[in-house]
Amino acid sequence: MKKPSQFDAIVVGAGPSGNACAYTLAKAGLKVLQIERGEYPGSKNVQGAILYSDALEKIIPDFRDDAPLERHIIEQRVWVLDDNSFVGTHYRSDDYNKPPYNRYTIIRAQFDKWFSSKVREAGALLICETTVNHLIMDGEQVVGVQCDREAGDVYADVVILADGVNSTLARKAGFHGEIKDSNVALAVKEILFMPEDIIRQRFNIGEEEGVVIEMVGKITDGMMGTGFLYTNKESLTIGIGCMLGDFKGSVNKTSPYTLLEKLKRHPSIAPLIQGGEMKEYAAHLIPEGGFYAIPKVYGNGWMIVGDSGGFVNAVHREGSNLAMTTGRLAAETVIAAKAAGKPMSEAVLKTYKTELDKSFVMKDLHKYRDMPEVFHKNNQFFTTYPELVSKAAHKMFTVDGVDKKTKEREIFSSFRTSRSLTGLVGDAVKLWRAFR
Amino acid sequence: MNAVAVNVEEKLFQNRYRVDAGRPHIQIKDPEICANDCTQKSCTYVCPASCYKAEGNGSVTLITDGCLECGSCRIICSEFSNVNWEYPRGGHGILFKFG
Ligand SMILES: Cc1cc2nc3c(=O)[nH]c(=O)nc-3n(C[C@H](O)[C@H](O)[C@H](O)COP(=O)(O)OP(=O)(O)OC[C@H]3O[C@@H](n4cnc5c(N)ncnc54)[C@H](O)[C@@H]3O)c2cc1C
Ligand code: SF4
Repeated sequence: MKKPSQFDAIVVGAGPSGNACAYTLAKAGLKVLQIERGEYPGSKNVQGAILYSDALEKIIPDFRDDAPLERHIIEQRVWVLDDNSFVGTHYRSDDYNKPPYNRYTIIRAQFDKWFSSKVREAGALLICETTVNHLIMDGEQVVGVQCDREAGDVYADVVILADGVNSTLARKAGFHGEIKDSNVALAVKEILFMPEDIIRQRFNIGEEEGVVIEMVGKITDGMMGTGFLYTNKESLTIGIGCMLGDFKGSVNKTSPYTLLEKLKRHPSIAPLIQGGEMKEYAAHLIPEGGFYAIPKVYGNGWMIVGDSGGFVNAVHREGSNLAMTTGRLAAETVIAAKAAGKPMSEAVLKTYKTELDKSFVMKDLHKYRDMPEVFHKNNQFFTTYPELVSKAAHKMFTVDGVDKKTKEREIFSSFRTSRSLTGLVGDAVKLWRAFR
Repeated sequence: MNAVAVNVEEKLFQNRYRVDAGRPHIQIKDPEICANDCTQKSCTYVCPASCYKAEGNGSVTLITDGCLECGSCRIICSEFSNVNWEYPRGGHGILFKFG
């Protein structure tokens, strides 16, 4: 029943992983079909969004010439929020203000559209508004895809799944099971428009400079998660995400939009976003299971790249760069196999995994392999500690005639009352081990 | 956590959709299971678009028009796997302008 292959490769999805993959394949002269269910690439996609230059530079070195970039980041803030205060760090360096810049804020719908235009320039055929419903198998070998169009069966030597976190196709094909609710975060976000000069004043930044604020603390209602606020050119992105299993099990039956609304009204945040005009509300999952949650990512005639394979470094909020890198490595595997005249068998495509293991992608995921576990088992990182830290700061900074030494003693005893000394030390050690 | 009233419809109103009328992409497989067996009903508060509503009689109703296609409802219904979840037909559903 084997149908003749119409394409060298089919890439499902036009997010960063699919675009990186299709671009690399097409650039090498392969006949590539890319299928995207959205009206245009990006119309289904959601991100914070920070773009890390390095991964894209390896694919399109001169991307800065025409990619839609919002602001390059010159300052990173990390805030621990209590109910009505924050304790935080701000790191700003003029080194970040010298090209070539290392990080940018982007707007995904625009960025994906741009990246996709590059893919088509490189020679790939893109079909939008088309959902792939199934993979077509010939025995053990994936030989094509079945789309929701008339005469929608298309054949190729290899199919690359760049279909994002829900990975309906890989699940239906039985490549892996359902995602666990403890391995995925649900994030909601809004985009708030405001005049550029207000953004510059409020964040103390120049024309193209940007600020990132990452937040933890009472804002997640005891769940494991973080909030974020990023500056775009004429808008702010504000969002919050927590582990899906934590939402499900939350005592207060907390809704994601309630968290977001509370974050927006927090006295430390409200003045920053005041007057912003909300133009879109979005939600998306982030695969945060890390190293141990990565499924098998290659087989006979198929490979999995990006979020579909769980390639996200939750600790450092990196995803799109892992997506682009895995997409590129998968493409390079196909290109090499083609050049050597080899079949797209599991044994040949295994090179993809070998290359992944050698790259920063698996090295970083391995380094933080125990992190999800540490946080899961120790929710005091999201409940007791933010409060303690904030109270400690409050005590130290309130001038009330009490000497500092006494205050220190009080702070220390408040930590000990909330958690035993061994607990405190244990937490520190666990965290250090997971980070190491 | 002090109560904060949120009007989700108002949020969704800002979004652009192309609804595939009469062809919901998500379905509750067996409404009886929601009504009789599921006590948690997490879909009714976890869904970021508030597509699932708990009715007074214990049943759960689903209207997918505002769906953000996140996939949460499918994954959280792990105990009963009572959600038939597909992406909408190509070109339909949520169309993010910014993402
Ligand atoms: C709120 C949030 C904030 C984030 N912040 C950051 C950040 O600051 N920096 C960072 O690097 N990463 C961040 N990430 C992670 C990052 O967004 C992802 O890692 C990245 O988008 C993964 O790219 P991808 O191409 O694998 O998947 P996606 O971007 O999800 O793309 C998948 C594509 O496949 C299409 N598709 C799916 N199924 C089908 C089908 N059956 N048929 C046809 N098409 C299909 C979809 O429409 C989509 O276009 C964030 C994620 C979220 C949700
Ligand atoms: S996919 Fe997400 S937005 Fe859509 S109904 Fe399910 S939980 Fe709600």
